[in-house]
Amino acid sequence: MVAPQHPLIIRIADLHKVYRIGAEKVHALRGMSLEIRRNEFVAIMGASGSGKSTLLNVLGCLDQPTRGVYELAGRPTHRMSVGELSGVRNDLIGFVFQSFELLPRATALKNVQLPLIYSRRYWVGTGARARRALERVGLADRMKHRPNQLSGGQRQRVAIARALVNEPAIILADEPTGNLDSKTGDEIIGLFRQLHAEGQTIIMVTHEEDIAGNAGRIIRLRDGVVMSDHPTEEDPTHQDYVRRALETAQRDAGRAAPGAAP
Amino acid sequence: MFIRVLIQTVVLALAQIWANKVRAMLTTLGIIIAVAAVIIIVGAMTGLKTFVLDQFATFGANKVWVFPRMPPNMRDRYSFRQLRLTTAQIDGIAQFSPSLERITPVMMLNTTVQFGDRVRPGVPVQGVRPSWHEIEQRFALKGRPLAPLDEEERRQVCLVNDKAIDELGLDADPTGDFLLLDGRRFLIVGVVETKAVSPMFGGNEAQSELIIPFRTGEMMRPEPRMFAIATTRSPELFADAKVEIGTYLRRVRHLKPDEPDTFGVEAIEQVIEQFKKVAGAITVGAGAVVGISLLVGGIGIMNIMLVSVSERTREIGLRKAVGARPGVILIQFLVEAVVLCLVGAGVGLLLGNGAVLAMRMAKDSPLEAAQTPMWAIVVSAAFAAATGVIFGMFPAIKAARLNPIDALRHE
Repeated sequence: MVAPQHPLIIRIADLHKVYRIGAEKVHALRGMSLEIRRNEFVAIMGASGSGKSTLLNVLGCLDQPTRGVYELAGRPTHRMSVGELSGVRNDLIGFVFQSFELLPRATALKNVQLPLIYSRRYWVGTGARARRALERVGLADRMKHRPNQLSGGQRQRVAIARALVNEPAIILADEPTGNLDSKTGDEIIGLFRQLHAEGQTIIMVTHEEDIAGNAGRIIRLRDGVVMSDHPTEEDPTHQDYVRRALETAQRDAGRAAPGAAP
Repeated sequence: MFIRVLIQTVVLALAQIWANKVRAMLTTLGIIIAVAAVIIIVGAMTGLKTFVLDQFATFGANKVWVFPRMPPNMRDRYSFRQLRLTTAQIDGIAQFSPSLERITPVMMLNTTVQFGDRVRPGVPVQGVRPSWHEIEQRFALKGRPLAPLDEEERRQVCLVNDKAIDELGLDADPTGDFLLLDGRRFLIVGVVETKAVSPMFGGNEAQSELIIPFRTGEMMRPEPRMFAIATTRSPELFADAKVEIGTYLRRVRHLKPDEPDTFGVEAIEQVIEQFKKVAGAITVGAGAVVGISLLVGGIGIMNIMLVSVSERTREIGLRKAVGARPGVILIQFLVEAVVLCLVGAGVGLLLGNGAVLAMRMAKDSPLEAAQTPMWAIVVSAAFAAATGVIFGMFPAIKAARLNPIDALRHE
């Protein structure tokens, strides 16, 4: 799935992040390096404390690295001011959160329009742009609904439409199916696959192997460094998981067949 | 971008206020009271001013009073005799002061009046010269006015007003009838109109009045207390007249340069100035009350905005995540505070104007002319908005400084 012909969209080199919690120093990232190309669909996995959240915050320009290089779409972001980072988030990044983060009083359309209000790129036609984004996620008939009138899956679709509306360079999804049932979760993942097929670069943090299996590449973190980085079909941990899942399914099927006879 | 954010923010703020109507009302109570107070006080003062100036106008703008006055804290130094205004002094003033047109002494007596079987004790009687008619602009409605001959010959004649006719049970046209004043027989020669005298000047408009020639009065009360009323040739001559009268009276009373005046000279203009000062003082005092209300209201606004910032921490985090700069968040919360204050100001304006309208409509209201001047509306709205900016600043800065990561994790 890695497409070397695509240009780099993310380049991280020797990235360090040190937090100070009281007198204690927490070394969350310890010299992490990785590259992501346009139109990749990457899953980032790791136990809690592996630096997953910190990486996501840095990738999303919500946080600054202590040391190291982070270039997003060719722009070095690691020494930007707060205001410049806001601009980068608005222009280049679409966020999808585990708990959707929609404004409760605003309609789906208004929620999707939100990033455009702060945009310096889009001045006119923000309503039409937001409508197109909602159509892309299959919510053409829910534009005037408020979040509390929508199901969980629909809410997450609104959030994805909001992430798409400014045509970002990357979509950052933090456990996008974490608050959804499996069936709805599968639908949302299906939507991500569709967007990926349409050319969207997606970076998704998850701790579920079968969700990660939808990505083309799995990056596993441990103790603030990249532990493994493989295309999904070459990732040993994942292949192990798939094989075991298959065996379990066959065993269940084998057990179910004779059990049904008597 | 700025204008879009502004419009969106105003709409959002209004929606927020609408969603929490009761909370918004309670929060802005201080603002509501302050603005309503401004409108009511300014409206009432406007009405009162018109009312009072109308009252003054009935007195004539070119009238001057001269009266004896004890200098403050010198009760032992001057005897009543030294203070007393005499006819000689009044005649002297008439000669010495070219700014004056006419002058008359006025003596006030209380007499027991008898007509038929009616006896009224303590009826006020004024002894005046014939020029009184021109000075007071009160002329005979029936019969004739006082004439110079009445004065010269100390005739026992009198004028009555309508109220006296009622109270004493006189005929509708009493001219030619006789009254007994302290047992002396007076011929009623005319009727003068009852002049509306504002209660402000101690004159109850419905008071019986009897007017007699001055010298006839002197016959009844030798050395009476008196004052003088005069008219200047034009209203702006008052200052000249005051100097002339003062110079003359100080000379004839042998006052040394370091001694204070033992008399007063006043014109209606001065009283008006004094009223304007009092009105100004009331307005300033009201301003202080309003200032305190605005302070209290502002603290209410600050409190509710802090609550709002903490309630909406995740929303702020999200807005920042999708690219809202700190400055934009700051403006958003400032606008919200200002909108809240302006809504409060709007309610206050409605209440205040309602009260002012009620003042106008009230039956026999002395504040018929009460109205809200445009400047009061603009000033109170501006102060309310300023309160929003000042007290909204701290919560807005707090919101703008929130770290988006922490804000999004906020429960």
